[in-house]
Amino acid sequence: MKIYLKIWRQKNANDKGGMVDYTLDGVESDMSFLEMLDVLNEELIAKGEEPVEFDHDCREGICGTCSLMINGRPHGPDSRITVCQLHMRSFDDGDTIVIEPWRAKAFPVIKDLIVDRTAFDRIQQAGGYISVNTSGRPVDANAIPIEKDAADASFNAATCIGCGACVAACKNASAMLFTSAKVSQFALLPQGQVEAADRVMNMVRQMDLEGFGNCTNTGACEVECPKGISLENIARMNREYLAASVKG
Amino acid sequence: MSGLIKSSLARKYVMALSGLFLVIFLVLHVTINLASVISPDFFNEASHFMGYNPIVQFAMQPILIIGVIVHFVMGFVLEIQNRNARGVGYIKYQGGANASWVSRNMIISGLVVLAFLGLHFYDFWVHEMAYKYVEANPEDPTRYYAETVEKFAPFWRTVIYVVSFVLLSLHLWHGFASSFQSMGVNNKYTPGIKKFAKAFAVVVPLAFAFIAIYHHLNPITH
Ligand code: HEM
Ligand code: SF4
Ligand code: FES
Repeated sequence: MKIYLKIWRQKNANDKGGMVDYTLDGVESDMSFLEMLDVLNEELIAKGEEPVEFDHDCREGICGTCSLMINGRPHGPDSRITVCQLHMRSFDDGDTIVIEPWRAKAFPVIKDLIVDRTAFDRIQQAGGYISVNTSGRPVDANAIPIEKDAADASFNAATCIGCGACVAACKNASAMLFTSAKVSQFALLPQGQVEAADRVMNMVRQMDLEGFGNCTNTGACEVECPKGISLENIARMNREYLAASVKG
Repeated sequence: MSGLIKSSLARKYVMALSGLFLVIFLVLHVTINLASVISPDFFNEASHFMGYNPIVQFAMQPILIIGVIVHFVMGFVLEIQNRNARGVGYIKYQGGANASWVSRNMIISGLVVLAFLGLHFYDFWVHEMAYKYVEANPEDPTRYYAETVEKFAPFWRTVIYVVSFVLLSLHLWHGFASSFQSMGVNNKYTPGIKKFAKAFAVVVPLAFAFIAIYHHLNPITH
């Protein structure tokens, strides 16, 4: 297939950046999207040009590193997958594909398509943990009975890979889905209760400090999330925050 | 208040509670208006009561006005913050691929409703205040029906009202159920809440529009 690419190129955080057009021949439909970019980069390197920088690591949909806005949608046109799981068979010969980095004030561009997502790390550090004694004789985790529904919901929340597609998709660049998943995975378990109030207060405060937007409940995040994290988590975070604020 | 402005979730609670408050107000408003079609006498009585009861005039009315102001000012604050949160915009952004138009354009439906409220206040509230407090006219419990019907004589005003009700419907289509999510309510009742909210978003504005059109088509002819 022949593919026309429009890719955001930006030398560094201070560069203004802009779209650059490329034409790529010989693209196979069973290539992954990232392999297609690898092919482009090999051509660019052979021509002595700077390759296009993009984030990736596991290439099997579990690390959350790959992060591309493809034709106006995070992780491209298919649902419940990351970019590394997207294949060129989802496109047609002669298609024009627009590739941009995640856009959010809290995710500044480092270079080309790579953005700085350490804002998520700081939200996580603000409260996304539980404190337990780690002696040589740890208490068996299974010794604490946990209701099946709660365990499942907690696990589902914990499948968030921190990719940031929710922020990229949201018209408000809101990080509520991510933050609420990280709040929920602990809020649903007995081990998370001790720090529950501080956790939600601190994580929401950090989320606001980073400059993410507010939630309008459009649901775009839920649709674009590769892990199917649900809006129920945002409602849970809102409840937890309300309860924590009332308790003071 | 500064604490509220600072926390994104507190802003959402304010938006949701003020929105829900306005929804409840709409129920009261549409009920009284329907009386103007069914029973002009009852409409006159109810309007007179609302116009001269001190609790309505000096407690409920100011609370309502404050509710409206809080809601739209917070709407503007959220809109500005949300626009800033994106920073550099996308060249290509398919907002419609993952969220409905109404949910993404609450500010547009809200602004139309706000503009409408301006006209509506001018039409009825300013007139009432002038009648009662400026011109200091005597109480007349029978005037409301005729005054209301007369308001809808001009075609242009009827059209503006009806169009505004359509936008109100769009605002509520997303907003009503959204306020439950903002307050943390998302459980087994949510599908039911969403259905009810959408029915409400259609039925109530439709009733308002019907009343306006009805009075336009049935002028008082004596
Ligand atoms: C009778 C009039 C109105 C009613 C019943 C109403 C109701 C609501 C409700 C229930 C919500 C949902 C709140 C939430 O998601 O938590 C909402 C949101 C909103 N309203 Fe209104 N509203 C009215 C008038 C207005 C006006 C005059 C404006 C002026 C700009 C406005 C602007 C907004 C905006 C921008 C939102 C979305 C906020 C966000 O979540 O980002 N509304 N409204
Ligand atoms: S909630 Fe979903 S979209 Fe957002 S960071 Fe987690 S996995 Fe990615
Ligand atoms: S590279 Fe790890 S999820 Fe795509």
